Amino acid sequence: MKNSGEIQKQLRTRILELSHQANSGHIGGALSCIDLLISILVYNKNEEEDFILSKGHAALALYVCLNYSGEIPDSELLSFYKNGTQLPAHPAANKYKGIPFALGSLGHGLSIATGIAQANKIQASGNHTFVLLSDGDTNEGTTWEAAHFAVNNQLDRLIVVIDKNSIQGFGNSSDILGDTANAGTWISIGFDVFEIDGHDIELINGTIQKCRILLNGKPKVLIANTTKGKGVSYMEKRMEWHYLPMTEEQYTQALQDINKLYHA
Amino acid sequence: MRKIFSRAIEKVSNENEKIVFITGDLGYNALENVQESMKNRFINAGVAEQNMVGMAAGMAYKGYKVFCYSIAPFIVYRCLEQTRNDVCFHDLPVFLVGNGGGYGYGIMGATHHAIEDIACLSPLPNMTCWIPAFADDVEYCIREIVKNNKPAYLRLGLGNPYPDKALQISTVNHVIVSKQPKITLIALGPIVQNAIEAVKELDCVDIFTILKVPVAEISGELEQSISKTGNVIVLEEHVQRGGLGEQLLMKMVESGVRFHNFKSLHAKGYPTQLYGNQKYYQEISGIDAKSIALVIDEIIQNF
Repeated sequence: MKNSGEIQKQLRTRILELSHQANSGHIGGALSCIDLLISILVYNKNEEEDFILSKGHAALALYVCLNYSGEIPDSELLSFYKNGTQLPAHPAANKYKGIPFALGSLGHGLSIATGIAQANKIQASGNHTFVLLSDGDTNEGTTWEAAHFAVNNQLDRLIVVIDKNSIQGFGNSSDILGDTANAGTWISIGFDVFEIDGHDIELINGTIQKCRILLNGKPKVLIANTTKGKGVSYMEKRMEWHYLPMTEEQYTQALQDINKLYHA
Repeated sequence: MRKIFSRAIEKVSNENEKIVFITGDLGYNALENVQESMKNRFINAGVAEQNMVGMAAGMAYKGYKVFCYSIAPFIVYRCLEQTRNDVCFHDLPVFLVGNGGGYGYGIMGATHHAIEDIACLSPLPNMTCWIPAFADDVEYCIREIVKNNKPAYLRLGLGNPYPDKALQISTVNHVIVSKQPKITLIALGPIVQNAIEAVKELDCVDIFTILKVPVAEISGELEQSISKTGNVIVLEEHVQRGGLGEQLLMKMVESGVRFHNFKSLHAKGYPTQLYGNQKYYQEISGIDAKSIALVIDEIIQNF
């Protein structure tokens, strides 16, 4: 396997190429969570385990990972965002095993993952269940319904990862509902909480491995501090990159930024 | 139908270990036997219906057939997006059970009624709504739901016994067979009892129940009755928009079933802004036995 830096560079570049080709947005959120996805999907999750992308607007990051692992062929990946594709802007289910649910309305993923973890528990399966949430997901009430259920039912093989880039649809999290993804809330509900840098693959891998063996009756949450648009200078921490497609000049600049980042 | 439902679930879940039952913190004096017999396959998800349905989708994805139980409005409206996105899009075997469909919860108030439930759920992809009309329909519906292994909604109400016990239950049932039918009355759910009462002195009204919506096709005895009478009354404790009447009328026109008179008797909501028991709302809506009798009488006069 390539080293993690090479994978990070390759998949960031792929995200830029495909969104440029499709003239699509949602680039900022894909770049903020791609390292988390690489860690979960490339390094940690085994084939029988399930991963749910609750922040469905980062579908492109999921698609490039599933392409890297060989599940989505190159030809299909090139159809991203086009008429007749299996790969719309938010994931559509029923085609790829790595995309078990159609997601895109926030607040659904943790409930689904909790159901999967509960089913695994009834079946006495040792499989872990992974779910990736956004800041916006933690605005939704259903996330907290599921969190309480997971704690009370001791779903300690449930690993929740929050891509905490702190920017939402129309403002900074702190200016909207406040920090709804804060560690204190998860701790008080009864989760084991790990706050980490969400771009450090080795740290993410190490934390997930720690979670795997910590079978103490508590579900786990990794609050991963991330940067929206990570790696592209003019996108970083900018809300508009939730929406905007790149111009030719911006695309060239973005590729240069990524090259620079991984040559440093 | 609550206790009948509970006994049927206990029986069916004993036969099939893939059945899971989740309640939204309801079931006092009704589900204790289910809780005991299903053990770790019985889950109380708390007062959190959206999470209950989302979780059910996750469990169904892992191979379970999942019943989700609450009072009808809570299991229908609160979690409609979870039902659409998480369950129906993926054609998963999650079965919503709504107790007290229609005005069933009476004086409890409008928040506890479900008179637009069929309109909300029946257009969703892969979804089938099951509406038992009599006590004996309940187990039949549950078995069909489990067998079909697709998204379903079971609307529970009052559980009256069948007028004709020998009836072979199916999705369309000819419950009152008249010798010289002038009217074909089709009812949705236990409100059929009002129609039976309305025609007890008459022998000119064929009464049918339809247990499954969307309506698959109009055939057999129902089609023959409509062809013979040409007078159709649809009776439902549900608003007109999106209810059985509207759906059936479309089906009749599309399939070229000939009729000359169509009357929809349905729930009218809360026109007086006054509140009462189930019978009170039925009277206000004109779906009580007396109102039905008047409509029938008027049609017969003009026959």
